[in-house]
Amino acid sequence: MALNLTIAVASGKGGTGKTTVSANLACAAIEAGHNAAYLDCDVEEPNGHLFLKPRISHIYPVGIPVPVVNEEKCTKCGACGEICQYSAIVKISKTVLTFDNMCHGCGGCSLVCPAGAITEKERPIGVIEEGDAGGVSFIHGRLNIGEAMSPPLIKAVRKAGLHGNLTIVDVPPGTSCPVIAAVRGVDYVLLVTEPTPFGLNDLGLALDMLRELGIPGAVVINRSDPEYNHLAHDFCRERGVQILAEIPDERRVAEAYSVGELAYYAVPGYRKIMQQLLTSVEREAIG
Amino acid sequence: MKEIVVISGKGGTGKTSLVASLAALAERPVLADCDVDAADLHLVLEPEIKHSAEFSGGKTASIQTEKCISCGKCFQLCRFGAVSKDESRQPVYTIEATACEGCGVCSYFCPENAIDFKSSVNGRWFISDTRYGPMVHAKLGIAEENSGKMVSLVRSQAKIIAEKEKLDYILVDGPPGIGCPVIASVTGADAVLVVTEPTVSGQHDLERVVELVRHFKIPAYLCINKFDLNLETSINIEKKAMANGVRLAGRIRYDRSVTFAQVKKLPVVVAIANSPAAQDIRATWDNIMKIINNEECR
Ligand code: SF4
Ligand code: SF4
Ligand code: SF4
Ligand code: SF4
Repeated sequence: MALNLTIAVASGKGGTGKTTVSANLACAAIEAGHNAAYLDCDVEEPNGHLFLKPRISHIYPVGIPVPVVNEEKCTKCGACGEICQYSAIVKISKTVLTFDNMCHGCGGCSLVCPAGAITEKERPIGVIEEGDAGGVSFIHGRLNIGEAMSPPLIKAVRKAGLHGNLTIVDVPPGTSCPVIAAVRGVDYVLLVTEPTPFGLNDLGLALDMLRELGIPGAVVINRSDPEYNHLAHDFCRERGVQILAEIPDERRVAEAYSVGELAYYAVPGYRKIMQQLLTSVEREAIG
Repeated sequence: MKEIVVISGKGGTGKTSLVASLAALAERPVLADCDVDAADLHLVLEPEIKHSAEFSGGKTASIQTEKCISCGKCFQLCRFGAVSKDESRQPVYTIEATACEGCGVCSYFCPENAIDFKSSVNGRWFISDTRYGPMVHAKLGIAEENSGKMVSLVRSQAKIIAEKEKLDYILVDGPPGIGCPVIASVTGADAVLVVTEPTVSGQHDLERVVELVRHFKIPAYLCINKFDLNLETSINIEKKAMANGVRLAGRIRYDRSVTFAQVKKLPVVVAIANSPAAQDIRATWDNIMKIINNEECR
């Protein structure tokens, strides 16, 4: 059976090592002979490129459709403003105003307009960059600065990465809309945590979210620390979730990270952990 | 009254630990946890809840199966992929609440009026007492949206309390990133304190946050956490920040006392008052005080 897996790497809390795990896992996947893709869905603060150093070959904008009102056709009936849930289009006395940055692009106003006065144009919210990183198909999105709406760009990154037989999705931190846009429809989720109270509290929220979405997953303990590891073990036992890997808190890993090196190649021992993690994920996700 | 928002761009730079310590150093501040989808400040400040209310930020659609004639209109019109079609026998249409954007288009155009479109509860928010001052915080429901609106609510409640009790400072623990909840956290603030760490990711994320605060014209200050982990990168970050009009407010040394304090549920300046991190955080706070009260710093 040909492998066809999409694995998301998420965490709840930021800075727990999602990008490190996903980028290094992509290296392990390539070495294992997979046709691997790395998708950076943390479009607010994409970081994977700092480690994978892709050669970008393709850049294109992503936008959302926003209304354009033809004043001549418009009868000022006000129906558009009534259907819009986001106050992005309103009729005031003799004209219709649109607020592009509040528009979610639902298309309601153009559908409802009885005069056919509304057409749509694309409002850019960010770009997608695609390329190759040592055999890994690399795709990431960059949200424009000052832009509030990240989910459409995240969905576009996911869509762009529909090839490859092992896709690794680097998920933004948190548990709300951007995270959901990034993990919806994946086969399996790795939740990266640190064995600290903040890390575990946010891991709990991330587990609740996975349960709500009905996606299976397991935990990776990053920067595992003999002094506090029991906190993580107790927590995972209580929540009935498996721990697939423990990555020790090594100074050399932190150093590699701080200068943008892949620990997979820079730190002996790290490669092995990632290879084992990959095998475990494949086993869990397919089995 | 001054509102100081602490953000980080990249998550996990020690923002919440810093806010907890600043809470102990400031004289009776109002605390606001705006990292609403991964709130952690309560783990250290142990708030005693005095008031709690539901938060509703938008609406959600749901199909009343008994009225639905399976025409497929909703499936065809929803641009957010929230309506799913199950073709086992006669097609059955359902709306996945976690995917619904709340635009109302399906319900408006359903020929049978079979789609309910109602306010949804997206979470709860709280006013609490802590050892250091009143705190406003919130819990976004699981897999919910509207975090930006929730952030605005938390900030406005904190402001009301500060005005009523005549308190001088509002300390806001902001969310990571540069998107909707961050924009909702920083707009109109008196000062933004950006916490970063000396790594290539920290530097890259800082650049995007700095661009964001400039975009919204908010005075920003920099704090480098664990600055001694990579001095060269720290210095680079400082230079870049200054060139962009961001002043340095503090440098905090790498210190395991910070994790110790977190496990003990205390701000590090309280847990081990003479630890390197505690000393540096105190210096940072003094600096911030000088800067925002318009005195000469350094
Ligand atoms: S497309 Fe939707 S969100 Fe945008 S203005 Fe029209 S009704 Fe409002
Ligand atoms: S619905 Fe169409 S005709 Fe009516 S006010 Fe809006 S744009 Fe004008
Ligand atoms: S539009 Fe209304 S009647 Fe048609 S499938 Fe949807 S819910 Fe059913
Ligand atoms: S309200 Fe909008 S987003 Fe929700 S299901 Fe209906 S059309 Fe889709």
